[in-house]
Amino acid sequence: MNSSVIVFPGSNCDRDIAIALEKMQFKNQMVWHKETKLPKSDLIVVPGGFSYGDYLRSGAIAGKSLIINEVIKAANDGCLVLGICNGFQILTETGLLKGVLLRNQNLKFINKDVNIKVINNDTKFSNKYKKDQVLKINIAHNEGNYFTNPNHLKELNNENLIAFRYCDENGVVNKDSNPNGSLENIAGIFNSKKNILGMMPHPERMVDNLISNTDGVNLFSSLLN
Amino acid sequence: MKITNQVVEKHGLKTEEYSSIKKLLKREPNLLELGIFSAMWNEHCSYKSSRKHLKNLPTKGKQVIQGPGENAGVIDIGDDDAIVFKIESHNHPSYIEPYQGAATGVGGILRDVFTMGARPIALLNSIHFGSPDHFKTKSLLNGVVSGIGGYGNCIGIPTVAGETKFNSTYNENILVNAMAVGHAKKDKIFYSKAKGLNKSVVYVGSKTGRDGIHGASMASAEFDENSEEKKPTVQVGDPFTEKLLMEACLELMKDNSIISIQDMGAAGLTSSSVEMASKGELGIEIHLDKVPCREENMTPYEMMLSESQERMLIILEDGKEKHAKEIFKKWDLDFVVIGKTTDTNKLILKYNNIIEGEIPINALASKAPIYDRKWIKKKLTKSKVDIKKLKKIKIEDALIKILSSANHSNKKWITNQYDQMVMCDTAQKSGSDAAIIRIHGKEKAIAVSVDSSANYCKAHPITGGKQIVCENWRNLISVGARPIAITNCLNFGNPENPEIMGEFAECLLGIKESCEFLNYPVVSGNVSFYNGTNKKNISPTPVIGGIGLISKFKKPINHQFKKNNSTILLIGKTFGHLEQSVFLEEIYSISDGQPPEINLVNEKNNGENILEIIKNNLVNSVHDVSNGGLIITLAEMSMGSNCGVKINKPKKLTNLLKYFFGEDQSRYVLEVDKNNLGKVEKILKNNNIFYENIGSTQKDYFEIQGELKIDIKELYKINDRWYNNY
Repeated sequence: MNSSVIVFPGSNCDRDIAIALEKMQFKNQMVWHKETKLPKSDLIVVPGGFSYGDYLRSGAIAGKSLIINEVIKAANDGCLVLGICNGFQILTETGLLKGVLLRNQNLKFINKDVNIKVINNDTKFSNKYKKDQVLKINIAHNEGNYFTNPNHLKELNNENLIAFRYCDENGVVNKDSNPNGSLENIAGIFNSKKNILGMMPHPERMVDNLISNTDGVNLFSSLLN
Repeated sequence: MKITNQVVEKHGLKTEEYSSIKKLLKREPNLLELGIFSAMWNEHCSYKSSRKHLKNLPTKGKQVIQGPGENAGVIDIGDDDAIVFKIESHNHPSYIEPYQGAATGVGGILRDVFTMGARPIALLNSIHFGSPDHFKTKSLLNGVVSGIGGYGNCIGIPTVAGETKFNSTYNENILVNAMAVGHAKKDKIFYSKAKGLNKSVVYVGSKTGRDGIHGASMASAEFDENSEEKKPTVQVGDPFTEKLLMEACLELMKDNSIISIQDMGAAGLTSSSVEMASKGELGIEIHLDKVPCREENMTPYEMMLSESQERMLIILEDGKEKHAKEIFKKWDLDFVVIGKTTDTNKLILKYNNIIEGEIPINALASKAPIYDRKWIKKKLTKSKVDIKKLKKIKIEDALIKILSSANHSNKKWITNQYDQMVMCDTAQKSGSDAAIIRIHGKEKAIAVSVDSSANYCKAHPITGGKQIVCENWRNLISVGARPIAITNCLNFGNPENPEIMGEFAECLLGIKESCEFLNYPVVSGNVSFYNGTNKKNISPTPVIGGIGLISKFKKPINHQFKKNNSTILLIGKTFGHLEQSVFLEEIYSISDGQPPEINLVNEKNNGENILEIIKNNLVNSVHDVSNGGLIITLAEMSMGSNCGVKINKPKKLTNLLKYFFGEDQSRYVLEVDKNNLGKVEKILKNNNIFYENIGSTQKDYFEIQGELKIDIKELYKINDRWYNNY
């Protein structure tokens, strides 16, 4: 499977995701933001970091960059797109995913391992997980507090477009298990065609037992499936 | 502008220093030249008070590639790998403007590391604040922590370890020390020494603004009631630009384009150009009209003294300009040839081809003043604390009071604001004795830790100096790493005061003694004097940052208990030394007496054998016994883990408070499986190491036989409360 990782100035999880993809046998290429053409890709990853310093608003400038037009075209043609952390913020800025990511409720950067629950496992991104499976995944962000309008929230729920929710280690989704104030503990969402996933947690950080755990591995093996 | 006495004084120069300037120039300097002398001759850049003492530190070793004197120290960790690291202070700016002060402290130390060709892989910090009830502490804490996080998180280097302490001695002068660690190829280290005539001197990075003018001079004076007015001397950081600068430099470093490279840190363009020329015994000519400026009408004086961040000076090989320029253009950074190397041995500054300043390089570097400042030995108190005369306290109450205090609380509130995982090589995060960073793509790892013990150093500078090196060494040993070398950040008060200078001289003697005995050389560092306000000096606070190597990294070892029913061994002798302990400080507010002595022979023997035991995979967890004594060590091993512990009543020492809270040195607690116990005891006995079997791990409870029994979840909650309620 061919993957492309978009590199913006200020991306800083680009190497991490590339290593995870290569470990999972993806044929990966790095694509610089000034490029105007994407290589042939089955999967495009918009990685985490602080694209363009996140000045103005996180993801805002990247959402208007040269390469992002190509990402939008590819996504609309059905290519799989995964946005992680800053990548999720960028995808909401482009409109490929609806909603916004606000400042964390405590107004601080949060880095820790959190539990998330697999809500929809019937997608290209999550078919190797069990439904309601609890994963422990690292988060690291200032703006991860997902918000959207009531109609879209209804759509997310009714169409099964919520990928993950923050929960406790037993899978209980409540206020205490919500690290950043996200609406309904949402940690990741799909678009209506389910070819685009945006998520705040970092699956690429969870592919090596010596460093963390391997709860992120199945996201990549789902894609290969 | 005429150079009057007032102008000289404003530049932080003494009358006799001004006389030497005139002698060296054989004329009066103009204002630009005076500014340059002030930038190069201040304490921060010239080390004029400290140099004489620093010279005595051991700086060589089998694994040392580069000792002090470069941007950072470099050590050999086997194969073709080298580690580049340094710690630096940013105390004064952080007190005036905590967010930017701390952020640019991180930015500055990162540049020191990647200037040498290393990709930064870890950040650490040691931060000291005033008393929690001082009106400024809360905002300073918030600002500094978000500043450190803001910079490191954005640039994408994990902040993996550190220490945070509160003490009223820092009420009006906080300490913010940042350390950076990088990984380089042994044969691709870059230095600042210029070589060759007529080589292009290139300015890269951000544009020059009016920020930070005279920052280094500010850091070389005490604060007074007008310190707030110094805000304009604090630089503003841009981690995004630094990320671009780092990537661009590392990209250019892949081939042989660079002759030498130096970051523009303290004293900006002045110190970087002088440093390169001085080391290369060359002259340098700069055309200031070519310097990229952020603001209009900047004068040569402002350009030479600006401390705008994220800038570098590079001397390129002939014919490499085009290639280098393309790389910097790709990263949207300025790239301008602003001058060349010359054989004049002078710094010549031109603006539109008119000479604005001309100073012999050696006048700024080797001829800068060096002082043999007067110092006096510390008068040591002989007072002893008689525990029997103090108001009685139950062990349990003392334990709870300490665990819920500002200094001994769980620091997750801080560390959760730092990205510790980015780069995906952090095998052990902060909260353990030392963090562990895997070397990317290799099976080896390094351990890193920073430590200080200001109260020990205040009471007995020599013992204190000795102790911090040992404490740092022990922390690396505890995670199974062989300690290799250190960097130090020496935070002291006013060196013109003989008592303060004495603290400095004696702390250094202590550091030297331990470093020599443990074969633990100092490869880089920084001195920060004048920490104090209105003649009130801070306690002497040398901070040690150490690097250890784990050559075959299979799994991280840490301090948390792993299994029920394993045996607990206490390594090292317990005498019950309570003077200068956390116990006396937190419970009785007593800070009298002498710190515990250190026996370096035992220190080395204990440490080396524990390393052997860890290597042979014979222990489940290890923790060194430090602040707070045995009971705090055991509590830390229980909190947040899955099991507690049951400790037997000690047989020999009858005073339980002394036994559990005493801070005797060179001790460790080991958790050993019953079936490994024989092997461990054999190693200990064969090497004449004193140890005691003090109990075993158990389910759910932290217990001292006949004294206390607390649910470990409850203990965790007690320990987790302070920051969240502050």
